[in-house]
Amino acid sequence: MLLRHTIDSVDYRFDSLKDLLAKASPARSGGELAGLAARSAAERVAAQMALADLPLRAFLDEQLIPYETDEVTRLICDTHDAAAFAPVAALTVGEFRDLLLTDDVDGEFLCALSPGLTPEMAAAVSKLMRVQDLIAVARKVEVVTRFRTTVGLRGRLSTRLQPNHPTDDLTGIAASMVDGLLLGSGDAVIGINPAGDSAQRTGELLRLIDAVRERYAIPTQSCVLAHVTTQMAALQQGAPLDLMFQSIAGTEKANASFGVSLALLKEAHDATRSLNRAGPDANVMYFETGQGSALSANAHHGVDQQTCEARAYAVARVFKPMLVNTVVGFIGPEYLYDGKQILRAGLEDHFCGKLLGLPMGCDVCYTNHAEADQDDMDTLLTVLGVAGCNYIMGVPGADDVMLQYQSTSFHDALYVRSVLGLRPAPEFEAWLQGEMPSQLALPSPLLAALGSGGAGA
Amino acid sequence: MTDLARTRLPGLRALTPARVALPTVGNSIATREVLAFQAAHALARDAVHAPLDMAEMERRLKEQLTLPAGTVQLRSNAPDRATYLRAPHLGRTLHEDSAAKLSGEACDLVIVIADGLSSKAVERNALPVLQHLVPALLELRWTLAPVALVQQGRVAIGDPIGQRLRARCSLVLIGERPGLSCATSLGAYITAHPRVECNDANRVCLSNIHETGLQPQEAAMQLLELLQVARVAGRTGAALGGQVHGLMALESD
Repeated sequence: MLLRHTIDSVDYRFDSLKDLLAKASPARSGGELAGLAARSAAERVAAQMALADLPLRAFLDEQLIPYETDEVTRLICDTHDAAAFAPVAALTVGEFRDLLLTDDVDGEFLCALSPGLTPEMAAAVSKLMRVQDLIAVARKVEVVTRFRTTVGLRGRLSTRLQPNHPTDDLTGIAASMVDGLLLGSGDAVIGINPAGDSAQRTGELLRLIDAVRERYAIPTQSCVLAHVTTQMAALQQGAPLDLMFQSIAGTEKANASFGVSLALLKEAHDATRSLNRAGPDANVMYFETGQGSALSANAHHGVDQQTCEARAYAVARVFKPMLVNTVVGFIGPEYLYDGKQILRAGLEDHFCGKLLGLPMGCDVCYTNHAEADQDDMDTLLTVLGVAGCNYIMGVPGADDVMLQYQSTSFHDALYVRSVLGLRPAPEFEAWLQGEMPSQLALPSPLLAALGSGGAGA
Repeated sequence: MTDLARTRLPGLRALTPARVALPTVGNSIATREVLAFQAAHALARDAVHAPLDMAEMERRLKEQLTLPAGTVQLRSNAPDRATYLRAPHLGRTLHEDSAAKLSGEACDLVIVIADGLSSKAVERNALPVLQHLVPALLELRWTLAPVALVQQGRVAIGDPIGQRLRARCSLVLIGERPGLSCATSLGAYITAHPRVECNDANRVCLSNIHETGLQPQEAAMQLLELLQVARVAGRTGAALGGQVHGLMALESD
């Protein structure tokens, strides 16, 4: 297939589908770092024009990373649903963008289409979309998941309460949990990033969440974001684990750098499901992703970071996860340099995830060496609320004192719910309106419970 | 704070360094706390972007320490901060002008001081560590290469420096990525037989060295111990059960 386009009498040629996708990507530092980006603004648009004329089918005929060498490619090919793909099989990528934006295409259509789309198709069309397109189409898709709460319903925005502490001090973590719960945070999950990765620590933290959840009858679920093998060890020791977490990426080699494979994820998924803590139909997995992870592991195979990210969603979707979020600004300015790049990447990830049928959330975040600040986060938060994002993070004062980066605060979630008329998950909303939160606010019994209660302190 | 602000459960604040129990107005955080956050962010940003004053650092080192081989000023291949942030690999290699400055007898240790992601961390905490560490090393008859001061350096810059100086070990003191709670945290990385093929699995690391974290004196004592282990074993890193940081955690590499 000849991949070329002429602009202003300059003929731009592209070596392969992955070269075309990389050069068609809106500018970001990670593309430049990988040496894959377009070399001029005109070349970028030429690539986008050539991509617009490319049949969607091309992504079924040519694999970006060989089937033989990458299990993520095998997963994508082997689970592709040709019947679901049929309604768009004759379209080019550009025509597909146009179709997505028509009034006739609604959430039901997109839900049926999803198994027919590969991550490469989702990434390709996103590269032709402006910010408003990414919002308008993602907003059509409703992906609903359930554990003890129902997350992703239209008109709802949930939060992961993230009560991290630099030394995993149980009282300190509990203080952040109480603060967040009183501010309406935690309906997606109460999820702790542990400072130490051990099964014992993971068990202690899970027991803490479980004790508070039971005592105050909070409709939510627990998670400790240790490595999947650590969580499985904790689970075998009897820890009350609700959601099984893992960071994932879009190539076999990048997943190997995280110490995981599809087989290991399946084992973890099956072990968690067998606990049956919220009924046989509950979604039990929680995945985090982020543009740049494959590049940072030197495992990108010449595929641009946004396409690699979409491929991670193919890994996620086979496990029917409860929660998936991109940690969009965490990995650093060598991948997403500034607020503008983080904004676009957050919306691309949310769009691609939703198009592929995932319950997509976003950690709206940045590090102190990126050219970004709270104003950029406010903007991304607001547009994600408009786009129908399933959940965001809730971190005390937006300052994660363990991971040393800035995310969204409990107050940020209240702001976006307020200005956009969004509500928490229904079960959690009912809890907030009941008696329990006021009991949580009584300091003395609470602190007594935390200091010496069944939390393993 | 105005009368409009309200704080729920102020007692929580004593239980964690996290920003809990913030005074609120409506759904929003009150002015005082918003500005406190902005101030912390400003300090962190300044720590990332302020250039390390090499001449001043050199002057203080010479004034306050006995350094048998003196000091040497070096730079990586990253020409400026913006490039350094976008292209981490450039901060791991030595500019040819700097490489030409390095030669000499084999030695036990080269100490490298690199700006990393916080020049403020280096300015504040590198000297206090060395004031406790260098005299102890000299007493143990370690031979030291010139102390290398590096602009726009990452952790791995210690490898080409150590290799050229034929050092049996390198110690890189480097500014860690600033957080809001501390913009002056120093990291220390020890690599036995430094050479350009080394990677992070070949190192041991102490992090969080600052006034309210791991104290410089305590850090110096731990580094002395780690250096002695490295010298006896002739290697560092995962094989020795040292603390090896993963990709996401190793913020000053």
